Amino acid sequence: MTDVAYYPGCSLHGTSREFDESLRAVAADLGIGLAEIRDWSCCGASSGHTTDHLLGVALPARNLALAEAQGFDTVLAPCAACYNRLSAARLAIATEDGLAERMPDLLDRPFSNSVVVHNAVELLRDAAATIEQKVAVATAPNRLKGVKLAAYYGCLLVRPVEVCGYDDPEQPTSMDDVIKACGADAVDWDMKVECCGGAFSVSRTASVLRLGRAIIENARSHGAEAIIVACPLCHSNLDLRQKAMARRGEEPMPILFVTQMVGLALGLAPVDLGMSRHFVDTAPFIARLVQQATERAAAEKLAEEEAAAKAAARAEKQKVGA
Amino acid sequence: MSVPTSTLAADVLEATGINAATCYQCGKCSAGCPMASESDLRPHNVMRLVMQDRRKDALADQSIWLCLTCETCTARCPNGCDPARVIDVVREMSIETGAADMPRTIAAFHRAFLQQIRTNGRLHEMGMVIEYKLRSGDLIKDANNVPALVARGKLSLLPDRIEGIAELKRIFEKCGVTP
Repeated sequence: MTDVAYYPGCSLHGTSREFDESLRAVAADLGIGLAEIRDWSCCGASSGHTTDHLLGVALPARNLALAEAQGFDTVLAPCAACYNRLSAARLAIATEDGLAERMPDLLDRPFSNSVVVHNAVELLRDAAATIEQKVAVATAPNRLKGVKLAAYYGCLLVRPVEVCGYDDPEQPTSMDDVIKACGADAVDWDMKVECCGGAFSVSRTASVLRLGRAIIENARSHGAEAIIVACPLCHSNLDLRQKAMARRGEEPMPILFVTQMVGLALGLAPVDLGMSRHFVDTAPFIARLVQQATERAAAEKLAEEEAAAKAAARAEKQKVGA
Repeated sequence: MSVPTSTLAADVLEATGINAATCYQCGKCSAGCPMASESDLRPHNVMRLVMQDRRKDALADQSIWLCLTCETCTARCPNGCDPARVIDVVREMSIETGAADMPRTIAAFHRAFLQQIRTNGRLHEMGMVIEYKLRSGDLIKDANNVPALVARGKLSLLPDRIEGIAELKRIFEKCGVTP
């Protein structure tokens, strides 16, 4: 299988290192080759296009041009913000008058806008059958079986529709499908595509706390034991900011990257998935998963043995009767 | 600030291809807006001001800077009006004409962010936060999170500068953006 051009973006090299670590671990386990784009630069995120439309196109376009020059036809951008900006630039250049012609001069590089952009959820959804199969044949009991998880998409994975378009903007199901492939239960809840406050994490924390609290409370009230995300902004707004949200008597809600969840289902070690980098301690959650899985495996084994013993007794009786 | 010769609606139409008059003010955009409760102008109000050529009211209001660009308004608009893009372009006009009343913390964040990209090609979060604090004057907030971020390997002390940094500087120059 040929390698996919990997655009980690700034967050996966910084505050969301665990997203990078878990993605690399899971891709290796699933046999997906990732080749980091050489000398990639920041996509500009919301600061770029909020300040200047052309800058908001040019910054991501440089990376698409690099991927092209390095011989790739597909870019994987796991960060939802990067995915969104790269895809939006690609669409703007394809549809806005005169933009494509300006690019080579603006970037000082040849550019034919030929690379397609995928996010991590798409990659894992497309690998769902492989994940399911690997989980089924694993010798260790699946730690995620029957665990209730809330798939949280936020904004940048699904909107705008013309830019993303890989899933429904109001009722997306791709991440739910990945959750199911891991053997877990995807809970039905209300705030799948609500905004977490995105880039206001630093500059307007009070808004982020208000939005994040509503998301966590809704997931909890629908029975979720953890929230699954695919965006570094969503992760830090829900994980780091949960300290300030904590209310008396409420259990902390673990926030996992979708790649970390798949890694747990595939039986990878939590430390290799960067689970210890979170602010909401994931150790009690994982310990509970391991305990549940062990108990379930023991109960299944016991039931199997009992069934076998009964069958043997019945066979014996029949022999005697004959 | 130069005196505009065309209407705001015409300028928005030229910049985006969106005809603000197609908005029939149903308010569905604002019903789903996560920042509606904190904003004086909600998405359908911005559309109305554009339609009525109330340039100053639209460009000088803080609310346009409270938009998270989450695109919920645009996704839900039953008439394809794209309020998110309209707000985006109104923000750009507001910077260009000097009418912008961007909350200091948000302005400081965007400038600090873009400055990092122009200098290093990639966001150096530690450098960005320090610059943000100097620009915003918001020195105390989040300082207590720094040790925990460093302990978790989430904040590197040194920037990661790309080889093609001259390309980035040129892109900023050609776009006319000086953070």
